[in-house]
Amino acid sequence: MLMGLYNYWVVVVLMMIGFYIVIAHGNLIKKIVGLTIFQTSVFIFYISMSKVDGGTAPILADGINQYSNPLPHVLILTAIVVGIATTAVGLALAVRIKEAYGSIEEDEIQKMDNLDC
Amino acid sequence: MDTILQVSSALFLLIGSFLCLSGGVGILRFPDFYTRMHAVGVTETLATTMILIGLILHNPSFMVDLKLLIILLMTLFISPTASHALANAAIHEDMAKQTNSKLNSEATSSKS
Amino acid sequence: MIDIVLLAFLVGVAVAIVYMKDLLAVVMLTGIYSLLSASFFVAMDSVDVAFTEAAVGAGISTLLMLVAITMTGRSEHPERHKPLLALAVVIVTGSLLIYGTLDMPYFGSAEAPIHQHVAPRYINDSMQEIGVPNIVTSVLASYRAFDTFGEVVVIFTAGIGVLALLSVVRRTEDSSKIESFNTSMHEQHLILRVVIKMLIPFILLFAFYVQFHGDFGPGGGFQAGVIFASAIFLYAMLFGMNTTRRVINQSVIKFLAAFGVLLYGSVGVVSLLNGKNFFDYSALSSDPVAGQHLGILLIELGVGLTVASVMVIIFFNFVGRRDISQMKEKKDI
Repeated sequence: MLMGLYNYWVVVVLMMIGFYIVIAHGNLIKKIVGLTIFQTSVFIFYISMSKVDGGTAPILADGINQYSNPLPHVLILTAIVVGIATTAVGLALAVRIKEAYGSIEEDEIQKMDNLDC
Repeated sequence: MDTILQVSSALFLLIGSFLCLSGGVGILRFPDFYTRMHAVGVTETLATTMILIGLILHNPSFMVDLKLLIILLMTLFISPTASHALANAAIHEDMAKQTNSKLNSEATSSKS
Repeated sequence: MIDIVLLAFLVGVAVAIVYMKDLLAVVMLTGIYSLLSASFFVAMDSVDVAFTEAAVGAGISTLLMLVAITMTGRSEHPERHKPLLALAVVIVTGSLLIYGTLDMPYFGSAEAPIHQHVAPRYINDSMQEIGVPNIVTSVLASYRAFDTFGEVVVIFTAGIGVLALLSVVRRTEDSSKIESFNTSMHEQHLILRVVIKMLIPFILLFAFYVQFHGDFGPGGGFQAGVIFASAIFLYAMLFGMNTTRRVINQSVIKFLAAFGVLLYGSVGVVSLLNGKNFFDYSALSSDPVAGQHLGILLIELGVGLTVASVMVIIFFNFVGRRDISQMKEKKDI
């Protein structure tokens, strides 16, 4: 059972490492990095599900009769590009927060917000 | 003929893997940035070349060999340039730091 | 075997990212993480996904994070208290998820439910209905064209978002001040200038090859757009932003980004006007398979245009913001 489910357990471990970085570290850039780790672990999950033993890449060619499942590949292709789009907007927001507050540590930003109101 | 190709491709792949490994050991054990850069820059290019030559010898199809040859040519251009860029940036950073510290020491000596 | 080793490396890199305090090292480790996962995708026979992850994750994402770090600061403050509550939440969630994976079908089994319903139809009928060897392209561009339309609009929206957040109005006196320290930068980089001038045409040619060869091998609009944008980034990093702004006009790029989405949508509308469903490419030509080929060509072109333009817009705005803020700092000093 370890060999059959090893991929999925490693995916859960990576997901939890990414989750821990998002909730435990205060730096905004580090949080975005944690989110990237989380996203990529989900991609690994889907792509592991699509692999068929003895199959090959889903490009039709003569002499091959077992292909890996192409449907998760399509979903993950979309997901990767959407992920980079949200990362770019997140980094732009972090840059603007740095310009407005002078810091990107979460507790310092919270202190400055509490002083204002 | 076939066995000679297989054996020589295996040999090239082994040499390439050994060079990658030695480059990694070099990064960990060398004392200074420039020596580490030298270890990785030289061995990485040579290791990629050896591995690609091993793959070319292993494969019978012509189109795949042509594509691997193009990748080899590109690697020979790009990898040394990347090492050069890194070392160049480090040298200019060091020289800028040295001129700044010289100016600071001259300023403090002129004040005193 | 190779996927076991790659996954172990991934866990090692992720744990290292947790402990590092220097953000430059964290960004480099994220690039390594993306590259290792791209190799893992190759080991799992998903070549299209590996191509996209290597180009987007290990290339563009690392570059954008590096530019963001130069503006926000390089190191992270150390934590002042032990995050035991976060660790507890993470452990509880992780064990629940592992309990949830216990009745999943084993890795690689061909009788898993995921391979039973729609996937055999795509694999068996794709050649007669669409005539394109790469099944991933035929599913992405023809069977599920609506989802890909949504994706292109999301990329376009991200470009608009970065424009709204980071664009600065450039006055001509600002650009002349920045020019002085931009040109002084590249006189010391002779070797890089020569080599990169030789390499950029090949990178652009490779982008076009990937765009049009996406029907027969791994590739397609997304990867081609990203590779095209990375050639422009290379040029901009070496020759300075002013030269690049003269070569690549900002308003033309913004128009191209919108035009790609328009091209994609109008292919669907033309199918509607000819009496078939939205994005039914058999309405584009008398022979349905030729109509599919034409439809896939047009929408991949739209996707490539939008992705390349939006990546260039994002990069220009990040670097333009950094130039202006550094110039303001120099004025204060």
